[in-house]
Amino acid sequence: MTISFEEVEHVALLARLQLKEKEKEKYAEHMGSILQYVDKLQQLDTEGVEPLDHILPVFNIFREDQVKPAPKREEILANAPLVEAGQYKVPKII
Amino acid sequence: MSFETVIGLEVHVELKTRSKIFCSCSNEFGAEPNTNVCPICSGFPGMLPVLNQQVVEYAIKAGLALNCEIADYCKFDRKNYFYPDLPKAYQISQYDLPVCKKGYLDIEFGGTKKRIGITRAHLEEDAGKLVHQGSISSTPFSLVDLNRSGVPLLEIVSEPDLRSSQEARAYMEKIRSVLLFAGVSDCKMEEGSLRCDANVSVRPSGQATLGTRTEIKNLNSFKAMEKAIDFEVQRQIEAIEDGEEIIQETRTWEEDKQITRSMRSKEEAHDYRYFPEPDLPPLRISRKWVNDIIQSMPEMPEQARERIMDEHGLSAYDASLLTLTPDFLGFFDECTRYYHDGKIISNWMMGEMSKLLNQKNLDITQCKINPVHLVDMLKLMDEGRISGKMAKEVFEAMFETGSPPEAIIKEKGMEQISDEDTLEKIILEVIAKNPRVVEDYRNGKKKATGFLVGQVMQATRGQANPALVNQILARKLNS
Repeated sequence: MTISFEEVEHVALLARLQLKEKEKEKYAEHMGSILQYVDKLQQLDTEGVEPLDHILPVFNIFREDQVKPAPKREEILANAPLVEAGQYKVPKII
Repeated sequence: MSFETVIGLEVHVELKTRSKIFCSCSNEFGAEPNTNVCPICSGFPGMLPVLNQQVVEYAIKAGLALNCEIADYCKFDRKNYFYPDLPKAYQISQYDLPVCKKGYLDIEFGGTKKRIGITRAHLEEDAGKLVHQGSISSTPFSLVDLNRSGVPLLEIVSEPDLRSSQEARAYMEKIRSVLLFAGVSDCKMEEGSLRCDANVSVRPSGQATLGTRTEIKNLNSFKAMEKAIDFEVQRQIEAIEDGEEIIQETRTWEEDKQITRSMRSKEEAHDYRYFPEPDLPPLRISRKWVNDIIQSMPEMPEQARERIMDEHGLSAYDASLLTLTPDFLGFFDECTRYYHDGKIISNWMMGEMSKLLNQKNLDITQCKINPVHLVDMLKLMDEGRISGKMAKEVFEAMFETGSPPEAIIKEKGMEQISDEDTLEKIILEVIAKNPRVVEDYRNGKKKATGFLVGQVMQATRGQANPALVNQILARKLNS
């Protein structure tokens, strides 16, 4: 299983990654080998095997609908590079 | 060439839990920016979501109200995309195993009933809000308020069964109505707790395959939804007639310009790369859980409609308007506890009350009139102490002040004169003053009484009981 340059570029765009030509080559190879492994798994007979949605056999882990006080706004915003009027300030994209 | 419009709606409803879906932050609307925010809903690395049980409870309730099948097994998935209002760069949603599916709602439009299919309803978290200072086009920045991030949402996806903007509106109104009755959301479009995206396409009449659709976002009111769909339908028809191809894309409704505008090009078409959310274990919804909720379901609008038609002999039209919201119906029900004639209550609610509420742009929860006061006013009319005309004035004063009708009548000195002796005296004076009119009457000009009644009303500044005046006058003239 190989993966084309275009596919690498598409996935990189979706992940907002800027790749150099050399990196594209490298990742095409990496991703190709991962997909090869998945291909191998596909050969297994999984007749009657339930799909695995979660790694642990646990279900219905709930929290009560109760409000707890939120941390101070300054703490939440402490790591933001830019803050204005109690809000994160980011470049506009629309 | 004639075209057929095909519409499917994606309706988002915020569930009215106390806390958010995956953390304990408050789910209140309108707080100061970023004051209901914690490391979980602001997407700090390493934080773990834990599902709010009440959210699932409400989703099941909503599903039942929407006539859906409730899944016995469902799970959450990550929907990956980049946007500044989504701090984790993924939204926790449900992809292939939603909590509700295969439902329907019956709508009535133009006197005909129509069943609209509901494909699915799934749970997800709401995103934050982008705020722009000044005009959105001039500022290079967005401010991000994450109070809404993590608010529980139910997304209800319809089948492409709607054929006009009016049908779409009727469907939206029906969703609002059943969810209000189910008590799972306050469904306020103006606060964004009820929102919708519309998928719109057109095709030549008779064609079986669907045309290419566009998705319209930013529909923040029923009116905006209708206008945007009408605009988009017209735009697509004109494009096709000009030989252009419709591009599958997302468009936004621009309220100020009253147009839809393309938001994203096809090249950037969404590829969300869903995968199962590893931080949340799947759900097993037992039959017992669902049955317990079925037992606790409140009356739904259609049941309420049948009930009040049955109990009070209301028309289907009146009954369906009275059952649009549980608050409106609650007012009616409260009145009927103290007054025998539901039809009269309905007339006042649908007439004067709705008129005044619309004028002031209020909903019934903000109405100052107490149901008991409305009933008192109706009783005063029955007793002949106020006329229908006076009642309207009393009603308006009740609406303004919230005072009981007795107090208003006293204050305005507007009590109706129903005392026979008093009226007789006035009538005899009027007769004495108008001998020629009386003669006309006795010579067969029966219409002459109208003038005499008018004189009596004038003499009493409109306060004479008109039925009594007619009675006494007839007696005196014929004697």
